[in-house]
Amino acid sequence: MSLLQVSGLTRRFGGLVAVNRLDFALEGGEILGLIGPNGAGKTTVFSLLTGFLRPDHGHIIFDGARLGSLPPHKICLRGMVRTFQNLKPFPRLTIRENVMVGALARTADRELAARYVAESLEMMGLTEMAGRMPNELPIGHLKLLEMAKALATRPRLLLLDEPYAGLTPAEGSHFGDLLLRIRNSGVTICLIEHVMRFVMAICDRIVVLHHGEKIAEGKAASVANDPAVIKAYLGKAYAGS
Amino acid sequence: MRKPALAVLVVIALAIYPLVVTNHFFLHLSIMALMYALLGMSWNLLGGYTGQISFGHAAFFGTGAYTSTILLLRYGISPWVGMLVGAVLAVLLSLPLGWLTFRLRGPYFALSTLAFAEVVRVVVYNWDSLTGGGDGLNILTDLGGIVRFYYIILALTVVGVLVMRGCVRSRWGYFLNAIREDEDAAEALGVPATRMKLIVLAISAFFVALAGSFFASYQLYINPDLVYESQISVQMIVVTVVGGVGTFEGPIVGALLIVPLSEYFRGLSPVANPLIYGLFIVIFMMFLPEGIVSRVRSLLGRRTPAVTDGRQVGASV
Amino acid sequence: MKLIPYLQAVVNGLLVGSLYSVIAMGLTIIFGVMRVINMAHGELIMLGMYVAFWMFTLFKLGQVASLLMCLPLFLVLGAGIYRGMVNRVERRAGEMGTLLVTAGLSYLVANAAQLVWKADYRSLPAALTTRSWFLGGISFNYSLMWAFLAAAMLTAATYLFLIYTDAGRAIRATAQDREAAALMGVQIHRTNMLAFALGTALAGMAGVLLTPVFYVYPYVGRVFLIKAFVVVVLGGMGSVLGASLGGLLFGVMESVASLFISSGYREAVGLVVFLLVLLFKPSGLFGRSRF
Repeated sequence: MSLLQVSGLTRRFGGLVAVNRLDFALEGGEILGLIGPNGAGKTTVFSLLTGFLRPDHGHIIFDGARLGSLPPHKICLRGMVRTFQNLKPFPRLTIRENVMVGALARTADRELAARYVAESLEMMGLTEMAGRMPNELPIGHLKLLEMAKALATRPRLLLLDEPYAGLTPAEGSHFGDLLLRIRNSGVTICLIEHVMRFVMAICDRIVVLHHGEKIAEGKAASVANDPAVIKAYLGKAYAGS
Repeated sequence: MRKPALAVLVVIALAIYPLVVTNHFFLHLSIMALMYALLGMSWNLLGGYTGQISFGHAAFFGTGAYTSTILLLRYGISPWVGMLVGAVLAVLLSLPLGWLTFRLRGPYFALSTLAFAEVVRVVVYNWDSLTGGGDGLNILTDLGGIVRFYYIILALTVVGVLVMRGCVRSRWGYFLNAIREDEDAAEALGVPATRMKLIVLAISAFFVALAGSFFASYQLYINPDLVYESQISVQMIVVTVVGGVGTFEGPIVGALLIVPLSEYFRGLSPVANPLIYGLFIVIFMMFLPEGIVSRVRSLLGRRTPAVTDGRQVGASV
Repeated sequence: MKLIPYLQAVVNGLLVGSLYSVIAMGLTIIFGVMRVINMAHGELIMLGMYVAFWMFTLFKLGQVASLLMCLPLFLVLGAGIYRGMVNRVERRAGEMGTLLVTAGLSYLVANAAQLVWKADYRSLPAALTTRSWFLGGISFNYSLMWAFLAAAMLTAATYLFLIYTDAGRAIRATAQDREAAALMGVQIHRTNMLAFALGTALAGMAGVLLTPVFYVYPYVGRVFLIKAFVVVVLGGMGSVLGASLGGLLFGVMESVASLFISSGYREAVGLVVFLLVLLFKPSGLFGRSRF
């Protein structure tokens, strides 16, 4: 059974249909890429999955259970957590404290939470900076913080919203290794991204959205050659690898 | 206040205080200072720690005051019981308020607390068969001497400190700070934001109502303008702003500074005090928004805090 | 069923409501652009009321003179408050800080007014304020009619300003998407100041127009702030159209309700409306962020 199953997902804003009868499934252990031109509805999908928006139609089944109208914090505790495109660190908390929030939401046991925090920081390479404040960090590290916070909630599924944006190519490929390590530690990943090189390199499968509808799905290579996809991107070639 | 030994010493000193200082005026000041410390801390829990600024806490104060007074005058119920009933009533009042208004963020929440306090005041003012309307209520029974009241408010404040310290040092402290900093991000990480806000509002209302009952029994006279007016709200706020919003000791320090000052100005004019309070809030927010406690801390070498600092979270790590 | 009292109530409600609209518009513009509420907005209205009162009592000058005086006065006042206080606090202490500092300002101004002008309820001579037309059994109060007209003109002027001038467009753009506006070259700082000044001026002028109709006293600001807030919630936060129409609607609701409810509880009507709106349609009549 798939870890995440989405069927008929639809959401309108006034006259605009942001997401239109979307069906897709996500298997445990894979890295799924969600791509599409700007305005394709990708972030809206994340908001729908995590309870920040209610779908107008359709349902979401996570880990065998329907999510219904659960609030975001309950969905997080079920094991699906998201990061935000506009990074949202807690400005007046230290790095460690930032990560502690999610850990303490997962468990009330202080020692266990501290362990989760240490592991998260370790995995993201932030251990040395744990005592610093977010405004002291460059954007690359803030992205790592964002992920560390999410990982501290011990998710089954991690939804990453444009994690590569703003990273240098070197940082990017380091980041790619990081994602693989996270996956290998047992966390399934779904990521929204524009930087094709990384999407191709990292993702097992890709789902392509355009105007809120799925226009293609499959392994990286087949999606890359799909004429509908090429058309959606207006024939613009992305950097192949 | 990270060393328990120091805290115990302080409490002992406070307990011995009336035996040493017998001047009634100073005792009165101390009682007011303790009461405002309690009020400020309660407000701070919701405002400073959780980021929900309320201008309507006077509603809870008045509820406590009127409940215990009416129960005493009409049914002869002891103020102790009345105090508890008032506090419970305030909590019950706070729940629908929170449920309705917490869907509003930031400034709109603040305004709705204002509106809420107004409703309560209007109702109390007009329901004069129950509340005596604008004339207010007088308590004629002798409820004890000033020293007795000192110990009562000391006990209430100590309990308040312990309860709130418990909240803030537990994992709730992290949640509250997170909600204040970024409620969506906190929700996304598993923090039950709405539930936390309601809990904090209830605790805050509880202690404010206790203080209201205390005040009524101490002053032996209440009317809607005295206990429901925004004066009470602004006093809670100025004490916290001066001391340091979001710090634990802030309201205490603020109360210690503001109360003697306000007694001094009280003689000048009936509006001297709220005017001064308003002025203090403006000046502090413009020039020392982090408050005295945070500034002193940073001068002593701890990390420079930003305004409305949640540094207490660091203390418990 | 006698229709006349209801019609009268509706007429009065619309007339007074137009003033609520103006106040609410000011509040909504400031909030839309800057995401701050000026908690002293009510006190600005109160000041406008006192200006009109003293202009008449001391110099026998009517509302037109007061309005003309208030426009530049309050524009400058608003700009000054923004530059001197709000901007500074917002940078250092964020949204919470502006909320607190404007609240402090509100207490300061209201109590300073009490110190200077005493707590007495003032009003313009009744001979002036009760003159009315009569049409079909319904009285149209002169002052209210005049106020309605002025309010309509102010509203129209504001709309024209927002839609057709560069500055107005800058305000709308910033309200819709701050970052995008900044990227497009909109001077955020200046736009903020302009919005604040505009909101302040609307408040002051509404105060002038309200003087014949309401008692003038130092704490009256609180009453209007809450009314303005209820109107904004009713009309939909961030919507100027909502504020305009909401004001009229709220005025009528208040007026009709006062036929049934004793005067003491009249104030509570607005608050009940507010709670009901929150309960059933929190986004108000016109939803959010449509300017």
